[in-house]
This record gives sequence, structure tokens and C-alpha cells, in this order.
Amino acid sequence: MKLIFEKSVPGRHSSILPACDVPEVDLGVKREEPLNLPELCENDVSRHYTQLCQRVHGVNCGFYPLGSCTMKYNPRIDEEMAALPGFTNVHPLAPKASVKGSEAVLELAAKYLCEIAGMDGMTFQPAAGAHGEFTGVLLIKQYHDARGDKARTKIIVPDSAHGTNPATAAMCGYDVVNVASAPNGCVDLEALKAVLGPDTAGLMLTNPNTVGIFDENILEITRLVHEAGGLCYYDGANLNAVMGHVRPGDMGFDCIHMNLHKTFATPHGGGGPGAGAVGCKEFLKGFLPKSVLMEGEGSIQVRGFAGNFLVVVRALTYLMTLGKEGIPEASTNAVLNANYLMQKIKGTFTPAFDRVCMHEFVLDLSEFKKETGVSALDVAKSLIDHGMHPPTMYFPLIVHEALMLEPTETESKETLDEAAEIFRALYAQAYSDPDYMHAAPHHAQIGRPDEVKAARNPIVRWTEA
Amino acid sequence: MGSYVPGTQAEREQMLRAIGMEREDQLYADVPEQMLLREPLNIPSGMSELEVRNAMTELAEQNKVFKTVLRGAGAYDHYIPSIVKYIPAKEEFLTAYTPYQAEMSQGVLQSIFEYQTMICQLTGMDVSNASVYDGATAAAEAAAMCRDRKRTVTLVSGAVHPDTINTVRTYCYGSNTELRVVPCKDGVTDLEALQQMLTPEVSSVLVQQPNFFGQLEPAKEIGELVHNAKAMYILSCDPLSLAILPTPKEAGADVMVGEGQCLGLPIAWGGPYLGIMATTAKHMRKLPGRIVGETTDDAGNKAYVLSLQAREQHIRREKASSNICSNEALCALTAGLYMATMGPEGMREAAKQTAAKAHYLQAELCKLPGVELKYKGAFYQEFVTVSPKRCEILTALEDAGILGGLPLGENEILWCATEKVTKAELDKAVAVVKEVLAK
Amino acid sequence: MNYPKELMYTKDHEWLKEEDGVAVIGISEFAQDALGDVVFVNLPQEGDEVVAGDAFGDVESVKAVSDLLSPVTGTVCAVNEELLDSPELLNSDPYGAWIIKVENVTDKEELMDADAYEAFCAEEG
Repeated sequence: MKLIFEKSVPGRHSSILPACDVPEVDLGVKREEPLNLPELCENDVSRHYTQLCQRVHGVNCGFYPLGSCTMKYNPRIDEEMAALPGFTNVHPLAPKASVKGSEAVLELAAKYLCEIAGMDGMTFQPAAGAHGEFTGVLLIKQYHDARGDKARTKIIVPDSAHGTNPATAAMCGYDVVNVASAPNGCVDLEALKAVLGPDTAGLMLTNPNTVGIFDENILEITRLVHEAGGLCYYDGANLNAVMGHVRPGDMGFDCIHMNLHKTFATPHGGGGPGAGAVGCKEFLKGFLPKSVLMEGEGSIQVRGFAGNFLVVVRALTYLMTLGKEGIPEASTNAVLNANYLMQKIKGTFTPAFDRVCMHEFVLDLSEFKKETGVSALDVAKSLIDHGMHPPTMYFPLIVHEALMLEPTETESKETLDEAAEIFRALYAQAYSDPDYMHAAPHHAQIGRPDEVKAARNPIVRWTEA
Repeated sequence: MGSYVPGTQAEREQMLRAIGMEREDQLYADVPEQMLLREPLNIPSGMSELEVRNAMTELAEQNKVFKTVLRGAGAYDHYIPSIVKYIPAKEEFLTAYTPYQAEMSQGVLQSIFEYQTMICQLTGMDVSNASVYDGATAAAEAAAMCRDRKRTVTLVSGAVHPDTINTVRTYCYGSNTELRVVPCKDGVTDLEALQQMLTPEVSSVLVQQPNFFGQLEPAKEIGELVHNAKAMYILSCDPLSLAILPTPKEAGADVMVGEGQCLGLPIAWGGPYLGIMATTAKHMRKLPGRIVGETTDDAGNKAYVLSLQAREQHIRREKASSNICSNEALCALTAGLYMATMGPEGMREAAKQTAAKAHYLQAELCKLPGVELKYKGAFYQEFVTVSPKRCEILTALEDAGILGGLPLGENEILWCATEKVTKAELDKAVAVVKEVLAK
Repeated sequence: MNYPKELMYTKDHEWLKEEDGVAVIGISEFAQDALGDVVFVNLPQEGDEVVAGDAFGDVESVKAVSDLLSPVTGTVCAVNEELLDSPELLNSDPYGAWIIKVENVTDKEELMDADAYEAFCAEEG
């Protein structure tokens, strides 16, 4: 498909603005370079983006069991509410008396999310999950600094963690201590004890963890960290498993981020915008970020203004829709769907941990690959030919040839049954025709791209031939 | 209550039996008993779609929407063409994840590649990333990418947006590095002070063009000073203004950052917005965030992929220069769509009219007795006045459905106009101010 | 797999050659094979101090980053800038594509000769 620049016709344009009704001005300086943007009429633009849109797989197109990403259905009412002029046409620095609705949205969302997380205070300034992690770890840093405790230089991260955890700790000036997981994927208590000490600033953890198992030692883990003088940070990436059943605050965590774009059904938008609401216990509330221009000086700040407000509007719409009954129901069914799908796939591909899982599970294809030569990547690419988005590949790092599946609660039994059938068919095909799978996908928008070429000789913009 | 769970009671029971369970609570057997919630959550019961619509609409109606907005300060009320609102609402764009699986994500990848190209065209820079969170975080990320072992101090002009300064300060606090604020003189960066502050430990200098007070900085001169001291030059620009003003490339910037909200995104009480980041070819591999690159597939067809991923946190972990993962992809798509819809002529027209309206407003306000222009330098879309009765002026404007400028220091107002306001609206605003001052 | 006799090797799969008191450092064929297609090399600058056993740069493949560990302590006196444009040389000619040269060498890692290294690689599989 052509690039939009290749469709440009000199002189073509849309009629958007009227003639200027005030005198033109000369600013004294001007742009010398030509401005090479595409020249198109509105229909050209519409067709181009519609064509692009036909080359995207969204949750609306089909099953999207991308582990750790919680690709649940994104309700359309949430979109419509976020497009209300009363929300979109409000200036962030408008007088307080004129933005009572916006403030109420944040207050209600904070109240509901604090209740779900077991926290006492909340900020919506962080714009994404990793941004929330950064904010949360800065709460920990400020806490130690305020006490004059300068010896705490280390953040503990399990080796099964998302890459954002160690990257966040490093951005916050901490040394990262990776602790090995126990064979069941949970925290190894002895390994944890060995690294805890007066230099421990905190621990970053997901629970359920990245292999989809609820760490039953969680109270002991958080107690040990607190005993060493550190704080506990909950990475909310996997919160969809436990909402309304068990709260991070009750597990002993001091602060948390929640991905509103995962757990609370706001759309991912092809990679954002999200929102990484950060909650904390009472004793950390004073350290939450604020906007200088909106609320005054004297605090940390992680972006401009109040955050991705329209994403919070969507999440609040979702929270209001589900309410106290629907929230735990969503989690229950996320866990039920994951266990059901794992059960249906079992007998072909092997789960990395053969036990009840939470909202997601990991398949370990290392034996399968030894037998057939077909890799997790080959299976993932073959799924594309069946119209299914592949699971998360090669994560967590502690499982080799990993495929991580998270069906979410909004998929029906038929969808799960069909998916299991596809997995079974691919399992059989790996024995009968592995070459076909090595070359997959066969019916996608493109074949496998040459990523080495892209990285060695980067072409990151179009240039006129 | 509302629910998006499709399974009927019968289906759920059937699925439970398939996994060898009788009751749903067995799914949570791994959770220690004492931690399980015994009571329902203390939040209201769920509602039907119609009830939720009414409740949310009521909240939206508690906000006051001003027909005329003369306030900027980081959020600019430009006109958004109709098509720019419709296309990003297409469900495929809306509900897709990050395009990790290139074979089923060419549409998203191409849209980002086109966005990157447009940002390069607009700024003159060689390479753009796929976006970061907003203008303030773009500045903070840029400061981080410029630091090395020997040069760790970041200088920020005092005329940069206060939210941006505080965000950069917070990121510096995180990385245990120092931020120093360069004082202003006559509403622009004080060049003499800057010259003195450019010591060998300075890694970069961040300047905003036009600055927070609306003034045009001597951007090229500043760039020369910065480069003479072998530091990196970060210029934060209003992207729409670049249709008519010198590009950051022309000013000698090493890194361009900016708030992309003015490119087709609503002011929306602060977000989602769009963090723009672009740099020179030399610094491409230091640029944080996702970057889409062109390559070929196994049949030799053109294909787009997320490229240069070895810079990123999922591979580099604690050695990554940034932890960014999700960005503002849909906002980048919107900005690309806005630029494609406006075209070069439309972009120039929007920028020109923005400047013209702001200058008309300034001229008319300063004709009123008692109203003075605070800074006399050239400006683009914002300017500061000093006048008596600031509070009364703003209140009277609000009563007339006009959001006046932003109150700054004593008796100061930071005004803004865009192409969206008509001469009639501006005349009405001036008349309201005149009446207040005459009282 | 090729193990040139005139070179010394580390357990981290770097090779080292001494030329007039200057240590020339690269990665072994075993290393390039394990890394896969190298897409970029992060190099130090001339004048940087390197410490035996510490990272002086890294090599990127599409999906991984590996530290380059210095076999010696000293001062970098040359870097092979050709690798910035042609990182694939590390794959095609690992023993020709030196990465850095180090002078004023004051300390060294434990090094193996070609035979010992070949046996070591056989064990690592």
C-alpha cells in the first residue's frame, strides 16, 4: 500500500479555515525550509486511513489473547462519554469553579479504585503503566529521603518481572537486585531474605506473578521487606485476576499502579494513550505528584496538568457500569476463561506450570521444539493465518519457548473452544508439516519481516525518491 | 448492573466442570483465606448503559464550556477538522495493542511511519520517535538522553512552561542529577546568565520557543552559545508554529521536543496529549521510545516493523535509558491525520491566522487606558498584559462566556488567541475589558 | 568453528592480541554465532578508561543486548568506527573486526590459549 506522501497531488487541499478577518502580521523571522506535507482532499485522506485501518487487528476483529496485556472488550459507551463536549472542551487551567465535573470524575474514579486496590490516595497524572511505576518508585524514594535514610540504594525485582520494573528502578537512581524465582515461578523466600538489608529501598512485584500464579507467600514477602525497612510496590499489570476478591493493600503493598487501559477496559489505541493511576497508603499521600500550574509548587510532577483525563472518564464509565457486582464477576470469569482454555489446550502443548492458574497461563514449548523443530515463534506466526492474534512470545524470560495466553473475561466459550481447536490443529501440523509453519504466516498482510535489515540500516522516515 | 461477560450461567457451570471444579470460589484457592474479601466492595451497584449515560452526562454538564477561549499556557484551543475526530474512533485503530506482530499490524505501523516522517518534515530533524506521553515528559526524556558520565547537569530556561520545568526537575531527582534554572530577562532567557552557567558539567540546555510568556527566544543565538560549550541543545517548540517560524533544525537544535496537542487534539482538561521527540541522525540510537522502520518481508515486499528495539526496556531492562512502553500512539495517528488534512497550506494558514488573531487582540487590549504590554519582544500567539482589576476582568469575561487569559504575577494576564476565534469574538472580549476598566 | 592460535581468549568470549604493548580486543567466532545477527555496536570513546572484567560497550542483535567485557585494564587508544556503519563485520569476520585497542595496560583477566578456549567452548556447547 502506498504511503500518504506518495498520494500527494500538488495544489490539492481541503477547505477547513475561512479567510482571515484580522490584519496579517509579520513576525520578523520565518521558516526558510519548504514544508513538504502531503497535499490531499478530504476523500483522499478518508480512503487512505480506511485502508490503513483494514490492515490492523483490533479486539473488535477477533480473539486477542496477548498475555499480560488484558485485551478485553472496550465498551463503546465509554468512547461516547469521553467525547462529550463537557469533557473535551475544558481547558486544564480553567477556573476551579468551572471544572467541577472534571474534578468529580477524578474524585469518583479515585474513590472506586482506592477501594478496589485497598489504598488511601491516588493520582491520575501518570500517562501509562511504566510511567506509573516511575511515579510509585519515586514515592518510595521520597519516603526514605524524608526520613533522612540515604543508605537505601537498592530495589529488588524478581527475574520474572516485566522489563519496565528494572528500567524504572534504574530511572529512579536505584541499583537493581534481580532475585531468582522458585521453580514454581513464585518468589523464593530464601533468595529474598539473602538480598534484604539496610540498603533495601523496596520491592517491585506483580501478584499474580508473570506466569499467572498467585504467590501464596505474599504476606510473608511483604512482611520481610517491611521488616528490612523497605517498601512494597505492586505492579498492577495483573490486577484483572483479583479485582473484588483480594486487594493489593491487604497483601501488604504500600503503593500500586493500575493500567486503566488494561484492567479498566480503556482501549490501547495501537500503543496508547493509556493511564497509569497510582495509589498509595495514607503515609505516602503527601508525596503524590501535582501540577505546578493547577495545584501549586512543592511536590514532584511527572507530566503536565492532571494526566490523561479522557482515559479516566472512560475508566469511570466502565467502573460505574460494572459496579460492586460486576467488578469481581469480571475477575472471576477472567480466571475461569484462562483455566478453561488451558484445560482445552492441555494434552497438546504443555503448560509451564500444571496447576490452577489465575487470569493467564504460560505454555512451555521447549520439549515440543526439540521434537518438531517448530518454535514458539512459528506457532505464533501460524496463529495469524487463523485470524487470531498471537499470545505474548518469549516472556517471561524464566520459561524457554514461552507463549503466554490471557483470554480475558469478555471472550465467550465458543471463542475459547475455537482457539483450542486451532492450537490442536497447529500441534498436529508441527509433526506433519513443520516447514509450512517455519514459513508462516502465509495469508497475512506481509510475510515475516527482515528485522535485521531494519535495525542495521534504519529507514525511519519516507524520503522523496 | 452492567456486564461484558458473555457466558450464561449454564455455560459457566459447564466450563467449571470441565476444569474439575464445582464452585467459582475454588478458582481462588491459592489466595490465603484471611486475605479474601468477605464483604462486597464499597462502591455503588453497577448500572445499565442508559443509567450510566445519564450519570456521566450530568458530570460533564457540571463543567462550564466557554465558547471563546483566550487562555493557552500549554493547552491551545485550535480548530479540529471533522474528519480528524472521526478516523481515530475507528474500532481497529482504537482497540489494537502495540504493533508487536508486524504481520497483522501494518496499518498501525505505517501510520506511525507516516507520522514520524511528517514530524521530520515539520521540524527539519532527521528522525522522530513514535511519541512519548506529553510535551513535559518529552523534555524530561530529552534531558536524560543527553546526559553522559561526564556531563550530568541539565540547564532549563526559566521561561520554559512551569509544568515542564517541574517535570524535568522530578526526572532529575529520580536519576540523582542536577537541574539548574537559567534566569529570564525581559521575558526571554538571559543570555549573559546562560553564558556563565555553561560550565563543563552541563550536558544540555532546554529552551522553549515560543516561551511560556509567548515571547520568541533568540533561538539560533542560544544554540551557538550552547554548542560553543559542547553541550546539547534541546528546543521545545509549538509544532503548529513551525509551519511559519524557523525550524529547530534551523536554530541548531540537537533534540526537538514539543507538545503535539495543537495538532488536532482537544484541550480535554489536560490529556491525553502528545509528546513529540525528534533528533539528528547522529543521536538516533539514543532516542527513547518506539521507532518504526521500513524493511522488506521474506518475499521482498515493503514492510514496516518496530525497529531498534534493543534500546528499549523489554530488552535492555535496567540498562535502558528510559522505561517507556505504552506511548500516545493514537494521538500520534491523530496528529498525522491533522497534518495530512490541513496540508502545507492549511498548516501555514492556521499558524498565520493564530498569530494574526493574537496580535489583533494584543493591539486592541493595549489601546485601552491602563492596559500595558509587559514584554515588548516579538511574540507568536501569547502575550502578557499588566492592568488593574485583573480579577474583575476575568470574572466579567467568564460571565460573557469567554475564558480570559491566565492570571500570572500581580496584575498580569497571559493571553492567547488561535485561528478558531473570530474578530467579532475578540471585539466582544475587548469591549468587556473596556467596560470593567471604565467602571 | 575457528580458534586462531595467535590469539588469547576470555571466558566471556572476547579475544585479545598484543601489538607493540597495545591490546587489541574483539569477540570470538563462538560469541558471534551465539549472538546471531549483530545490528549495532555501542563503542567507548578514545581516552576512556576500561577495567578488566567490566563492560566497555555492548553489541545489539534484534532481540538481545550483550555486554562487551574488557579483558584488560587500561586506556582506550583506538576504536573501530567502521563497526558503527557495518556491524555485520562482527559476524562475517570476527577475528578481523577488532573492536577497541587499549594502551597502558596495568591488569589482565585470566586468559586462555586457543586450545584451552576450544575445550572451554566445547563444554559450553
